[in-house]
Amino acid sequence: MIAFWIIAAVLIVSALWTVTARKPIYSVVSLLLNFAALATTYLILHAEFLAVMQIIVYSGAILMLFVFVIALLNSGIAAVVLGRDRVPVAPAAAAALAAVAFVATAIAAAHAPAIAPIATHSQLGAVGRGNVFGSIGDFGQALFLSRLLPFEITALILMVAVVGVVLLAGDLAPYVPTRRRAEQSRRALREAILREGK
Amino acid sequence: MATSFAGVPIFYYEALASILFFIGLTGAIARRNPLVMLMSIELMFNAANLAFIVFARAWLNNAGQIFAFLVITVAAAEAAIALAIVVVVFRSAQQVDVDEVRVLHG
Repeated sequence: MIAFWIIAAVLIVSALWTVTARKPIYSVVSLLLNFAALATTYLILHAEFLAVMQIIVYSGAILMLFVFVIALLNSGIAAVVLGRDRVPVAPAAAAALAAVAFVATAIAAAHAPAIAPIATHSQLGAVGRGNVFGSIGDFGQALFLSRLLPFEITALILMVAVVGVVLLAGDLAPYVPTRRRAEQSRRALREAILREGK
Repeated sequence: MATSFAGVPIFYYEALASILFFIGLTGAIARRNPLVMLMSIELMFNAANLAFIVFARAWLNNAGQIFAFLVITVAAAEAAIALAIVVVVFRSAQQVDVDEVRVLHG
């Protein structure tokens, strides 16, 4: 119980820090803390494989990607200048509505009759043992025997993502203008022509 | 169906997941930096994952864990593509303010 409260506090504080940090690199660090605490939670919940995946995929791959992109953007000629943060009305209202719906659903679910669990063969046991619920063997059997199609779809999604990223950011990436940028360069060109004319 | 494990009711875990989800939603809405917005979206993915895994544990059914695995995969693909878009937009427009970038076609 105490472990849960500590982990919950770490999760919430690091999430808040991620959202409110001034520099994106601070967000990355706090997100790393969040993912580590979440991996601990997964271990408590008998999801060993996912705890390891959380560390390897999220902290190892995705956050490294973020760090590299931050480094890339900040190493340019000019610093990245952003406007002030804002709270747009329509999405904020939609989010508040979603929060209300969430709470209502939670209250309704608390009063709903219990759903009979779908029996599986695995039993609960100590974390780190084989052939108990959530162990890597158990997870692998479920993944490759009864749920092979989702796994294959995952492979397809990753392949499409890789091709897309190479197309987007590779050497032959297409030029993507923004309207403001195009307007700026047009104006600069016009001024240069006028100056040359005089 | 187990209503609590190790003295912690399921409801506490669900409340934690929903709090994390709405923190992430707030960040995705209110922040202007696309990187922080993406990280907020990752927070939301992880809150959903936590809910999946809690229910998997509650019913001793692997389906929730498989689903969380799929979510991790999709999140990885999404992060890679979104960061590629951020890099391409920055390379061509020299700025990444999400309110200024309105054109995505070539």
